[in-house]
Amino acid sequence: MTTASVPAVHAAGLHKSFGKVHAVRGLDLTVQPGEVVAFLGPNGAGKTTTIDMILGLSTPDQGSVSIFGHTPRGAIARGQVAAVMQTGGLLRDITVRETVQLNAAMFDSSRPVDEVLARAGILEIADRKVEKCSGGQQQRLRFAMALVSDPGLLILDEPTTGMDVAGRRDFWTAIRTDAQRGRTVIFATHYLEEADAYADRIVLVRQGSIVADGTAAQIKNLASGRTVKASLPATERGLLAGMPPAESVEYDGGRLTVRTGDSDAVVRYLLNNTGAHDVEVAANNLEEAFVALTGDDAVPESTSITFEGDLV
Amino acid sequence: MSTATVVQDRKPSAGGVNRTFLWIEIKRMLRNRRTIIFTVFMPAVFFFIFGLSNKDKLLPNGHSYGQYILISLTVYAAMTAATGAGSQVAVERAQGWSRQLRLTPLLPGAYIAVKAMAALTLSLVAVVAQFVIGALAGVTMDAQTWLTAGLVAWLGSLVFAALGLFVGYLMPSQNVMQILGPALAILAMLGGLFMPIEIMGETFGNIAKFTPAYGIGQLARSPITGEFDWAWIVNVVIWLVIFVAGAAMAFRRDTKRV
Repeated sequence: MTTASVPAVHAAGLHKSFGKVHAVRGLDLTVQPGEVVAFLGPNGAGKTTTIDMILGLSTPDQGSVSIFGHTPRGAIARGQVAAVMQTGGLLRDITVRETVQLNAAMFDSSRPVDEVLARAGILEIADRKVEKCSGGQQQRLRFAMALVSDPGLLILDEPTTGMDVAGRRDFWTAIRTDAQRGRTVIFATHYLEEADAYADRIVLVRQGSIVADGTAAQIKNLASGRTVKASLPATERGLLAGMPPAESVEYDGGRLTVRTGDSDAVVRYLLNNTGAHDVEVAANNLEEAFVALTGDDAVPESTSITFEGDLV
Repeated sequence: MSTATVVQDRKPSAGGVNRTFLWIEIKRMLRNRRTIIFTVFMPAVFFFIFGLSNKDKLLPNGHSYGQYILISLTVYAAMTAATGAGSQVAVERAQGWSRQLRLTPLLPGAYIAVKAMAALTLSLVAVVAQFVIGALAGVTMDAQTWLTAGLVAWLGSLVFAALGLFVGYLMPSQNVMQILGPALAILAMLGGLFMPIEIMGETFGNIAKFTPAYGIGQLARSPITGEFDWAWIVNVVIWLVIFVAGAAMAFRRDTKRV
């Protein structure tokens, strides 16, 4: 427990460009030991690029990464971090057991091969050739490989892409059981339900930077909240200080936008205490809010209910 | 039980060469039918076609054509085996295995060392197989000749293991041997492994002396020809340096990308 205060991951000011594409733009992320973090965002949000930089598979243009206080390479040499990649990384011509044996041979100390196979739920197919394994079995094999060094940090990059529902459920059961033992887990996903079901912290990424970061409950609240819009005279902006707490408050060109979990309280305050008019309340569902937070043009098309100014 | 809850500051692993790694590498090669065809079967067929009919003819210095061709084809078998083994990195890169290895403590130098050892194992199999086939076909040589020729063919194959690694890191192809196979046959021909340099004509004979199979072939056959030239050693060393440097360069370029 000597290093308990050292974060599992500390990434500061990461930038990465590929030609003209600025894939990651100033990303900061600190993950404490024991956290299970979902890295949630649509395809192309920069998740894989960020993971590659955390693992030291690519070098950031700017910024730095440390894992348990070491460089990525140093942490890998100490067996403190392992990863389950989306595709590839397996030799087709050897068996499941040989794959894990081979991986274990690279480390000074490793867990027993059969124990790791059992934990990943593939002990019964240990003698099968890798090329004969289904996508889900191959993914559990990658998971088994990641377990051999008993790493403090496990990183999974879209681990369930291409799996069927049952395969996905089995895979997450194995991961979840494992995480309960105290391992730090970071997984990238573009499935909202996965982040919701398996993470205790969700980091939402969009176009290479973090747009929201909180517990699953907080994100859900943010996502399931409503957006209140109203016209407000510029002279009354000072009155907003007395408004009930909201997730975000923006004021632009006479138009006020409030994102809140309690739209009733916000609307009541605006109508009772200010000269706000043309009030609109837009209800977002979870999916739409996710799209709104992470989509390329962050304007949600949502069902909106418009109140006349004198209704309340 | 798992120690995942306690993040120990373990000592960094040396990331080295070990028996499990080497053994699985060797098993993979021996299981590969195409490898065995290229390294054992094809040279044997060549021997039966070109060697057997001329087995009892004599070279000007009194040695048999059978011996000359057996040693030459053994060098060819060993170089094909080693090139094939080295070029497997192309397949491993294509399957993302090289990238996976970068998530382990394995050091690049240790990976190359294991590849070289696996290549030498396969070329040893090739050398022994050719000699057994030759002996069964009735080629006789004294023990000294078997040993020297065998050792030169075997250790000389390291040059071609480096060539295999070089090409393997350059090419993305899964079937890198389909390109290397014919290329090796041309190098073998130019190096005097399929026919004596003397009958190639002056121009080709002169070119031949600068090709990578020439030095090893001449050295392997020296016990039966009774000749020796330092130029052959120079030929081997220069090609080894060229291929190792090429492989190192291609390897660095490969790990920088991604």
